[in-house]
Formats: sequence, structure tokens, C-alpha cells
Amino acid sequence: MSAPAETRIIFKHIDEEGYSNDIACYQKHGGYEILKKSVTQAPPDIRDEVKKSGLRGRGGAGFSCGLKWSFVDRKSGKPIYLVVNADESEPGTFKDRYIIHQDPHQLIEGTMISCFANDVKQAYIYIRGEFPEGARILEKAIQEARDAGFVGKNICGTDYSCDIFVHRGAGAYICGEETGLIESLEGKRANPRIKPPYFPAVLGLYQCPTIVNNVETLCHVKHIMDMGADEYLKIGTPNNTGTRIFCVSGHVKKPGYYEFPCGAVTLGTLLNDVCGGPLEGRTFKAVIPGGSSAKILRFGEKFTIKNKDGTTKEWTVEDIPMDFDSLAAAGTMGGSGGVIVMDDSVNMVDALANINAFYAHESCGQCTPCREGSLWMKKISTRMVHGEARPEDGELIKNVADQIAGRTICAFGEACSWPTQSFVAKFGDEFKTYATDKKAKPADSLELV
Amino acid sequence: MNLKPETLARIDEVITHYPEKRSGTLPLLHLIQEDLGYISDESLEWIATKLELEPINVYEVVTFYPMFRRKPIGKRHIKVCRTLSCALSGGYRTCAKFESEFNTRLGETSPDGEVTVEFVECLASCGTAPVVMVDEVLHENVTEAKAKEISDQIKAEAAQRG
Repeated sequence: MSAPAETRIIFKHIDEEGYSNDIACYQKHGGYEILKKSVTQAPPDIRDEVKKSGLRGRGGAGFSCGLKWSFVDRKSGKPIYLVVNADESEPGTFKDRYIIHQDPHQLIEGTMISCFANDVKQAYIYIRGEFPEGARILEKAIQEARDAGFVGKNICGTDYSCDIFVHRGAGAYICGEETGLIESLEGKRANPRIKPPYFPAVLGLYQCPTIVNNVETLCHVKHIMDMGADEYLKIGTPNNTGTRIFCVSGHVKKPGYYEFPCGAVTLGTLLNDVCGGPLEGRTFKAVIPGGSSAKILRFGEKFTIKNKDGTTKEWTVEDIPMDFDSLAAAGTMGGSGGVIVMDDSVNMVDALANINAFYAHESCGQCTPCREGSLWMKKISTRMVHGEARPEDGELIKNVADQIAGRTICAFGEACSWPTQSFVAKFGDEFKTYATDKKAKPADSLELV
Repeated sequence: MNLKPETLARIDEVITHYPEKRSGTLPLLHLIQEDLGYISDESLEWIATKLELEPINVYEVVTFYPMFRRKPIGKRHIKVCRTLSCALSGGYRTCAKFESEFNTRLGETSPDGEVTVEFVECLASCGTAPVVMVDEVLHENVTEAKAKEISDQIKAEAAQRG
């Protein structure tokens, strides 16, 4: 079967020959025309349009963007801030990198439309510390946009003024969590804040109302204003509108980024037809569909899904449509769109130990269950890998994970527990075999820890 | 502290980006580390004075974020991504190659002071794994053979510098 054609909206010009990241090229392709049109409209109308479009945040949680904007306290009299979350740190995810490097003006235009819609006078782009080149590209692009009157004072000749500054992180995953990001932007450790009672939309940056949106989400805002919510709604499926960028990595022939309408391709089509299938002589063993914190799926397992009319249907991993709701129905999540594929050369204890090392390193340390638990999970899984596995370790490590999820200030508790819980649930036999049969690890297994 | 005039100018400019001076902590740490190579006690105190903070406020930030260093490192910094997608594509073997090429170990600086090799968590380029950053330049699909090429290049540049 041939691969289905992509629907590139956000990635339309990415990798296009002759397309550069300077403002002249962007304007030649119609850049900033949507901003010019948007600033002539009433801000509440733009907010309504975004709400109507059904746009869900592309950072990980999949929360409604329009709803998030509607929570903003517009009566406090305090300035409203918008922060672009460009701290793409979820392992397996790399879409924002290409938007920032190759099409920074698309992000700036989407940001400025969103700022205008929400009466924001000051925006920040919080970018990963590991993207020094990305930060330079953005700073140059913002200056170009400022010189052309699209950022800064009197945008597009109107009374509206709003500036954007780039703020670099310094290697901490937790800065991708919106309240951790705000703390970091205030010059502190990125310890997430307790919410409720105060969400950033009410008390965020400098205790002012604040919107935090992902890079891809803000790019979608531009296209919603371009085509109108009614047209945008036609892309994807109900409650899962628009396109999604899937970042595929690991054991497939053609890893990379692919953009499809939400739910238009199944996981099987994505991996077999779009990404060329497994490597030569290998078979797929497992896949993490939405960044390393999403629950793992095992090839060969079956899911019973309830239809709206009460009837049921059965899915294999290959049958799952790639949208927020279908992946949730299969017990995992669309998350950040990072699809990590593992073939039969991978030992799952090794893979989990690798993931656990990541989350133990990245816990901010504020909540005891997460700080101690993530390290404990890392220690157990690393010990297993290094020849000291015991038959009860699988259960033990799952027990630790069970004590973390739901007991922390932010969702990092879930992010670090879900891999362990799902790996043990799906591959429990491998954890047992690891202890009883030291030859369980195939000779050609990769070193992952 | 001997900061370059352009670093000082940039510091004064960057503080104006924020309504509260404390927000300048991360940008100032980056600028000073880029200029001096690491964050000394003197730098910590200088930033605290500049931003009207206590030194402990800066210290707690420095110890939280992995990119800030309290000690000098080699002239070149090799950061190998350790996270799952890169590991699945052979990132550990890539790292071992750099260690053997420069006769050093993870987190340490080579005996000639030329390079420091480190593992880092996720460089967000999983589709072109394994990836490596040398100073500020990202290298993609770094197999052992490509690691050897990069190492040879670094050695040649060091020899040219004399």
C-alpha cells in the first residue's frame, strides 16, 4: 500500500527548497497578511473564532485553547502576559525545533494574533537552553518583524503595541510545565505551583493573568484566522480538529516528522506505510505514541472500544486512529505527538531503565513522592539491568510508581509513573524472565543504560 | 570580574526586557558563562548585586539547572544525547567512541584539557538520532564512524590552534 499524502499546514514550507527563515521570504509567501487582517477585528471575535475551531493544545495535555483563553482574568486591571512554551523537552518530540529553525515568522505571526486577541502587551518565548541556534534565529526574526511594524509599537499602523522577548532555559525538563516555566521566567527554580486555586490565567507571571501556549498551538491560531473556524473544523474529526505533527523516532525505516489531519491515519498506517515499516529482518514490538511519558502499547494486544451507541469494537495497535480521543480510549495518550518505536531487538527492562533515568534526573524535587520515587524506580531498574534482577522487582517497581501518580503538585508525577506502570503491565513476563534467565537479553540487544 | 564590554552591554540591555529584575537571573548566568566559561562564586555575587538579590537566590538557580557549571571544562564541549530515541539508535556506542578517541571518561575533561564529554538528557532531535552537540553545533545521525570524523576534526582544529 502506498503512503497516504500528508496535509501540511504548519509544516507547509518546512524543508521546501528555497524557503528561508527571513522576513522577505515569509512575506513573499503571504506572511503577516493574516496579522494585518486580524488587527482590524474585535479581539473577542478572534477569541470566539479560536474557541469555535475546537483547537486543542499541542504541548501534551490536549486542553482546549479557546477555553484556556476564556479563563483569563480581564478585569483585574493588571497586564496580561502571553508565554510561548518552546521548551520542547519530552523525549521523542522534535516538531518545534523545525518550526523555530525554518519558519520562525509563522510562530511570531501566530503569537502576535494571539496577543492582540487577548490584549497582551508583553510576550515571552521561553525556549530550551539546548537550542542556542534557535534562540538566535528567533531574536533575529523578532527584530525583522519589529523593523517591519509587526512587533513592538503601533502594530500594522494601529494603536496596538506589544513586544516579544526570547528567554532561554537551561536544560530542565520541568520548565515545559506551565507553572514551572513561569517560576523559571521569574528567575527562580522551576518548581511548579499548586493549582487549583490559582491557575496562570488568573495569577501567572508576576502574579498577573498569563497564557502559556505551545509553539505548534500558536501556529494553528494563524491558520484558524486564515481559513475561518468553519473551514478549520472540517480538518480532522469532531473534538480532534486540525492537523497534528507526528514525530516518529526509533526503529522504523523512515523516522521523521509527518503532518496529518487528527485521526486521518491509524498507528499502523503511520508506522508501516508512512514510515516504511520495521528495519530489515525485524518486527515491531512496542510503541510509545505520545512522548516517553505516554503509556506504552504492545504489538499484538487488543483493545475493546465502546462506540457512542453502546456497542463495542475491537482494535489492534495498528487500528488506533492517531487522535487525542482514540489514543485515550486505548489507554494511552496523544501527548506531544512523539512516537517512539521499538522492535524485537529491544529488551523492555533496558528501555524502562533508560526512561526512568531520564525522569529521575528531571524531577524538580519539590514533592517527596516524585523526588524519592523517581529515583527509587531508576535505582531498581538500573540494578536489574546490571545483573542484580530479582523475580519480584517488576511488582516492586510498579508499586513505587503507584505511590507517585496523583500525589504530586504537577503532572510530572504521572509522567514518571506511567512508563513503569505500563511497561510492567504489558511486559511483566519479561521482568520476571530477566531475573530467572540471564540469557533473556538477546545478544544483539542495544545498550540503553 | 573581567567581563567583555559587549557582555556588559548585553547584560544591561537584557535586564530591561523584564518588569522585575530577578527575571534576569537565567539570561545573566548564560551571558557570564558564555564569557568566562563557568559560574564562579564571584560571578554569583556579582549577579546578585546587579539584580538586587541575595547570592543564595542566584546559587539556588545555578544548582537547579543542568546547563550551568561551577567549574571550568575543556576547550570543547561534547554533549551526547542519552535519552531513549538516541539510545535505541546507538547513542551509548557513540558516547563510548568519543571517550576512547579523547582518552577521557563521562563528565571528565581529556588529559590535554581539550574536550569534556558528557551525556545530556534529550536534545529534541529524536528523528535524526543519535545526536551530539559540540559546543553550540548540533550533529545528527552520529554513528561511531561519524563520531570518529568529528573527533578527528576537533583534533585537527586543536593542532592548528597550537
